[in-house]
Amino acid sequence: MNRRVVITGMGWVTPLGHDIEGVWQRLLRGESGVAPITLFDARTFPTQFAAEVKDFDLRRFLGDRYPAHQTCSRNTGFALAAAEMAWRDAGLSERPDVPPDMIGVYLGGGEGPIDFENFVAAAIAGWDAGKRQLDAVRWAAVAQERLSAVREFEQNPNCAAGHLACRFNAQGPNFNTLTACAASTQALGEAAMLIRRGDADIMISGGAHSMIHPLGVTGFNRLTALSTRNDSCVTASRPFDRTRDGFVLGEGAGILILEEYESARRRGARLLAEVLGYGSTADAFRVTDMHEDGRGAIAAMRGALADAGLQPTDIDYISAHGTGTEENDKIETLAIRQVFGEFARKVPISSVKSMLGHLIAGAGAVELITCVLAIRDGILPPTANYREPDPNCDLDYVPNQPRRANVRTCLSNSFGFGGQNDTLVIRAVA
Amino acid sequence: MSSRRVVITGLGPVTPLGIGVSALWTALLERRNAVRRVQAFDPSRFRSQIGAEIAGLSINDFVPKSYRKAAKIMARDIVLAVVAAHQAVRDAGLRTRCLLERGEAVGEPNLDSTRFGANIGAGLICADLPELAEVLHGASIDGQFSFARWGAEGMNNLTPLWLLKFLPNMLACHVTIVHDAQGPSNTITCAEASSHLAIGEAFRTITRGAADVCICGGAESQDNPMALLRQEIGGRLSTRNDAPERACRPLAADRDGTVISEGGGLVILEALEHAQRRGARIYAELVGFGAAHDAHVAAQPGVPHPEGRGTAVALRKALRDAGIGPEEVGLVASFACGLREHDAAEARALQSVFGPRAGHVPVMNVKAGLGNCGAGSGAIDFIAAVLAVHHGAIPPALNSRPLDPACGPMNVVTDGPRDAGIEYAVSPAYAHAGAQNAALVIKRFRA
Repeated sequence: MNRRVVITGMGWVTPLGHDIEGVWQRLLRGESGVAPITLFDARTFPTQFAAEVKDFDLRRFLGDRYPAHQTCSRNTGFALAAAEMAWRDAGLSERPDVPPDMIGVYLGGGEGPIDFENFVAAAIAGWDAGKRQLDAVRWAAVAQERLSAVREFEQNPNCAAGHLACRFNAQGPNFNTLTACAASTQALGEAAMLIRRGDADIMISGGAHSMIHPLGVTGFNRLTALSTRNDSCVTASRPFDRTRDGFVLGEGAGILILEEYESARRRGARLLAEVLGYGSTADAFRVTDMHEDGRGAIAAMRGALADAGLQPTDIDYISAHGTGTEENDKIETLAIRQVFGEFARKVPISSVKSMLGHLIAGAGAVELITCVLAIRDGILPPTANYREPDPNCDLDYVPNQPRRANVRTCLSNSFGFGGQNDTLVIRAVA
Repeated sequence: MSSRRVVITGLGPVTPLGIGVSALWTALLERRNAVRRVQAFDPSRFRSQIGAEIAGLSINDFVPKSYRKAAKIMARDIVLAVVAAHQAVRDAGLRTRCLLERGEAVGEPNLDSTRFGANIGAGLICADLPELAEVLHGASIDGQFSFARWGAEGMNNLTPLWLLKFLPNMLACHVTIVHDAQGPSNTITCAEASSHLAIGEAFRTITRGAADVCICGGAESQDNPMALLRQEIGGRLSTRNDAPERACRPLAADRDGTVISEGGGLVILEALEHAQRRGARIYAELVGFGAAHDAHVAAQPGVPHPEGRGTAVALRKALRDAGIGPEEVGLVASFACGLREHDAAEARALQSVFGPRAGHVPVMNVKAGLGNCGAGSGAIDFIAAVLAVHHGAIPPALNSRPLDPACGPMNVVTDGPRDAGIEYAVSPAYAHAGAQNAALVIKRFRA
């Protein structure tokens, strides 16, 4: 007998704000979180804009309940704040009835931003320009002086998951997955599997990431993955539009509380949605490119549908990975057509990355929250900045305007660099 | 499907003591030690100048010819994983794309690629420091970094695929491409606990029927200045530079830290019926997995729960999952690597789980000659424990005498190798900073 998994709480920190309802309304209005980068001087970078989290003060969320926030990284801070919201949203108290070792954490947390100023100082001092090699002795002298144990620790991808366990006394299974842009969808799927199997009753799951730092933007610029519309950055994120020229970097966190159905019902929790299906695959194709026929994406969607015991026609809405890169949007469309057949033209699809940018490891969790809200309110968020149809992207992307719809069942896609594909299917709780 | 049995059919260790099963096992039985003064860079400024390195590794020996150029975008950690994958797959007798293209196997693939999953543990991969330092230096003015110069020209000196050298999921990415593993795929990044968590997740993936075969484990290289520095400022390294082979002293009274290392391993887990159908050699059965967290003082990230709470919880969960009590365990593969607090916390956890038997159950430990290779460490421990169960022999622990009385009575096997019929072995692991814990239970295989 399979245990059922439900979503009972949600929290997020996004470029459009830090509360569920406010951000949701802004998304429905098609607002953009994108603006010129303020976190560092990007004025000569190929891409000079991003969707930054603004006015974020972790103390407002945590008070003095968790002193470790004083030294935590931007990532960890986002995760802690979103988790705090989700925990309270779920109506969980400081001492829940569930035993601590049955409460776990499964995050898709990114690595924390590098300690840039100090790292760079050591690197420049350590470079022996004459010999054209790193002088490890000179490098170490500066690095020992300037790098700190805590700031280095905070870069570890397992750091945020560890903090959440400490904050919520979650002594159960604790994981961090880092499958690039698919990470938080993967985390939520695996967390649901853990509950299903009986390894935990409550999982704090989702993701957090910030790559809006000099080396993050550098890395994506070198890959030519980012939009470079510096003159019109607010409308630069254009998923499925013919004029799309790359994704826009975002940052933030999305955390959901997953619970075993019976246990959630017993404590009288609000049952926001049920996690019905999860599919995970690898393209096993190329490091840089998606498989040209969308092989892995197709298998992930089919896997999630099969796991849910549903047909494609049962899906009322698809939250696309929809990054706004030429390749992703074309191949995702192709894959949806393969999986959904005739029905592909009828199922509405949108990408909130058009407004929030791409939260990388955090993206999937934030997008799943929008699916839950779409089910709750019977309304679909639009794909903003959609102007010119692309013949390769010929489906219904809910352009620019939110849409009333009877939404019971949603499918959410996340695909990562390196060919990781993850799909979740959730449904209104009967 | 939920009661599918899972067996271990291939082992691919990549370690400073040898690459491949027989090299590692022989070295362990012969009490070899790979810890030396660091050669990869000049360590003389560091307080700890020793470590265990893998010399003379060429990726070309482990990938198809067509894939050699991809080596240019592989951080050392990725190379280690690709090598481990080759070893594991070949050891398991799987005919994957890689082995067929290399001519190391003939015929058709003997597994369904869409039912072949991967779950690989990875560390925080260090950027290639010399490469980055040169480019950063080029974008500086009078020794000061200039954002303006970096954005306008400096960054263009990095190879376009630069970012992909360091993404933790690139271990799994390259491995799945080379061996055509299209099934469920995951990357666990929980420091030293990564390999165990990845193996445990792969185990679950097979038992729930989402895959028939999984390649899993982990790899990491700390053999670079950045990783050494991180360990040093975390206060985790031995400074016995004058006696490298005696520096890493797990559970010993006079331990003063661990040593950096590189390596790891990947293993092949397989549904029993799948393994039997293809007539695979079975090393052992995987019967239990447990995961837990210390949930204790994250404000001091390098400090474990003093009673090893997370380790104890993970062990209990794993034993329950295996359906056995602690009295049935015949071997503990200790994860201790010479850290003052962590070794003691692990010992406390064992006392809490095994009670009065804690002083009797045989304990093995392979860290003294290998050091700590982060996300790869657990895979090596796990492989060694599987081999101990398979061969009925416990390799001797080095450097663990005199045992630390604070670690309580422990039956650490330091003589031998000691012959032992082992029915069940447990292998715990924990992140030194971050406090994730995991445990796996290995059973001698009986059809």
